Amino acid sequence: MSSNALTIIFSEIALIVYVLGALMYAVYTKKDELTSKLIWLTSAVMVALGGLIVFFGSGESTAFNGAFIDDEFARYGKVIILWSSAIILILSRDYLTKNLLLKFEYPILVAISVVGMMMMVSAGDLLSLYMGIELQALSLYVIAAFNRDSVRSTEAGLKYFVLGALSSGLLLYGVSLIYGFSGTTKFSDIALALGQGPTPLGLLVGLVFLISGLAFKISAAPFHMWTPDVYEGAPTPVTAFFATAPKVAAMILFTRIVFDAFGEIITDWQQIVSFLAVASMFLGSIAAIGQKDIKRLMAYSSIAHMGFALVGLASGSLAGIQSLLIYIAIYVVMNIGTFAFILSMEREGKSINNIIALNMYSKIEPLRALALMILMFSLAGIPPMLGFFGKFYVLKAAVDAGMAWLAIMGVIASVIGAFYYLRIIYLMYFGEETEKLDGSMSTFGWMTLMVSAIVMIVGVVNLFGIERIALSAASTLLN
Amino acid sequence: MITLEHYLTVASVLFVIGIFGIFLNRKNVIVILMSIELMLLAVNINLVAFSSFLNDLVGQVFSLFILTVAAAEAAIGLAILVCFFRVRGTIAVEEINSMKG
Repeated sequence: MSSNALTIIFSEIALIVYVLGALMYAVYTKKDELTSKLIWLTSAVMVALGGLIVFFGSGESTAFNGAFIDDEFARYGKVIILWSSAIILILSRDYLTKNLLLKFEYPILVAISVVGMMMMVSAGDLLSLYMGIELQALSLYVIAAFNRDSVRSTEAGLKYFVLGALSSGLLLYGVSLIYGFSGTTKFSDIALALGQGPTPLGLLVGLVFLISGLAFKISAAPFHMWTPDVYEGAPTPVTAFFATAPKVAAMILFTRIVFDAFGEIITDWQQIVSFLAVASMFLGSIAAIGQKDIKRLMAYSSIAHMGFALVGLASGSLAGIQSLLIYIAIYVVMNIGTFAFILSMEREGKSINNIIALNMYSKIEPLRALALMILMFSLAGIPPMLGFFGKFYVLKAAVDAGMAWLAIMGVIASVIGAFYYLRIIYLMYFGEETEKLDGSMSTFGWMTLMVSAIVMIVGVVNLFGIERIALSAASTLLN
Repeated sequence: MITLEHYLTVASVLFVIGIFGIFLNRKNVIVILMSIELMLLAVNINLVAFSSFLNDLVGQVFSLFILTVAAAEAAIGLAILVCFFRVRGTIAVEEINSMKG
């Protein structure tokens, strides 16, 4: 059994062994001179592990008495997490070099948090859920404060730490109540306990605490307060990382726990999740309107996008989970492309985050402006870009599940939200002449931006077959 | 006779004190770290009480994990706090305001 368990958890073990080895090697040898190579190597390892999961992962198996689940649903999340983190690591290299932040701890901390995220998506027990979340969060606190000579970065780290610790506290309190009233921490046993007779009130209270804790992690309103400050303060590549992989991991974990453990009381959590969804969609769309800092704007944008993904979850159906999975995949691609652009926003070697700096950008760099325009259209959900289909699927799932009011709210929020995306496009094409941005872009950054923009258009044909993959991943969860 | 309810009451009171300590505290970030610790220990009381009530060991194992993670969390929190103090020169909560929000 134990050797079998090690096979199931192989990709996590391989990554953590690599990370610890790299850490030891870097500490005892050349330290920061190695960083550049370490970044490439770490990305290569992540891409390879993702490939391994794609080609060799099959079936559904559990390890460590059900504490670790390896099924198609988990693998879907792991592949997105691994590949997106690998791309963002390589994107970070240029920025870190320019800002004298090229320290070897960076790729190592990112890789450790990726291990934590992989644990999260595979968690089958409240204990492994907690350990995964903490492994991920503790490394994220440190990389938020990575630029330790900057007031903003350390402040972002501090704020993230305090609110993150608060959210773990809420989550744990919920866990303790769930344990006390169901007598077990395993998801499948909680579901069994719920199947027998009426639901004890303590279990419901515990569920509310647990959902609040997870809502912090995905930055759903009203638990979003940390997001704008942390996104603005943290170094830009770190922000790009925050906006992608951790969101995917937390969203997948959220979906798994409400379906695996609390599938019996679906109507109870549906109300909470739809409230979170509506609040996030509207807050994200309205609060972003006044923002001048593009990183802050992307923070509100990610709050709104998480709201849309939660609409899929609130539907509580197979189509709902499928639409959520499609949505987060599209969300990650759009965000990677946008952040590849934001990383190149600079003037005379200094990073500029004010969106006013984008004035008449189309005259300086027509191709990049075009790519960003496509991404903005896609983020706003305007057809025929891929982002529209993401929204279409979640709203359709909501309507089919008899929650038409939720879909209507989604459409209204989406229209409000379109304003600030369109404003960026307006500035780029019809703005006034001001000081110009002159940032160069690394070849990899340029390619990332172009590829993600092309994906937004070409993906319309068949969504790259992700629909089918998401469907079979979703059905493993509901069986 | 001390029953399960007594333990749960103590734990919930401690937990609420912890939350209020984070939100109402206007002076010092160290107090916030102490409040976080208070919340986690309240959860531990809960888990151990349930564990003994249910005659099940999982709760106690869980509380040991929480103690370990809490130690790591405090270490990282203090490290970030030291960095912040070095660049900002203060750890008063009101001074953590270089970004709006």
